[in-house]
Amino acid sequence: MINITKESEKNIHIIKVEGDVDAASSIYLDKAISEALSLGQKRVLIDCNQLEYISSAGLGVFMSYIQDFENSDSRFVLFGLSDRVAGVFEILGLDQLLTIVKTKEEALIRVSNEI
Amino acid sequence: MKYSIKVPCCKSKLKTIRSFVDDTLGQYIISDIDLNMLVLAVDEVCANLIVHADKENHLSEECIVLNILVRKNTIVFEVIDFKDHGFDFSNYQEPKLDDLIKSRRKGGLGLMLVRRIMDDVEFKTTNSLNVCRMVKKMPVVNA
Repeated sequence: MINITKESEKNIHIIKVEGDVDAASSIYLDKAISEALSLGQKRVLIDCNQLEYISSAGLGVFMSYIQDFENSDSRFVLFGLSDRVAGVFEILGLDQLLTIVKTKEEALIRVSNEI
Repeated sequence: MKYSIKVPCCKSKLKTIRSFVDDTLGQYIISDIDLNMLVLAVDEVCANLIVHADKENHLSEECIVLNILVRKNTIVFEVIDFKDHGFDFSNYQEPKLDDLIKSRRKGGLGLMLVRRIMDDVEFKTTNSLNVCRMVKKMPVVNA
């Protein structure tokens, strides 16, 4: 079960992911990020406070956009990961390749300072 | 102790498989993070089988069996499916993360995760029965 909602605050696009991102549901996360990029969003935050589970399918979605965000000079920050979800990013070192912070406030500072 | 579940080979059943692993191992003293890793490894192997079954359009006829054997210092997971071809683990070469990023590939991470989580992973095929056997060495105590 996954639920994805989107909102914008002062040119910052926030994608809130709730539930499980697995092989069955990762397509919805993929679609949400793809839409943000195609709309030309330069500051994208992923709210993971309600993300309960992520598998390689979800990691793969985030990984596949690293190049696109770099090429379009956009900022992409994940925040609010639980310890168990953060642990999955750490296994392969993806936490070093993505920008991951604890709180929404930190995430807002990261995207605001960097552009 | 041995625990088993048999589920139809479809993506919507992945949650059922995860809940089974979570509930079964929840009877033992395992940290939340370690438990999530074990659930993840089983989910990855099952998802891999199911995605291929999806491609081959065999959705409703096929099933996956998951056995969990809990011993004093080891947990063994067996994921069994009944297709006529197995995964050739001997030819598997782990992709490089940089190459996956450059090519914008979404796949390729599942088996990497499994190999890092488990202490031993082997795939065997005998008489149209494919078995993925994963072993995790850890002290197991009843909760």
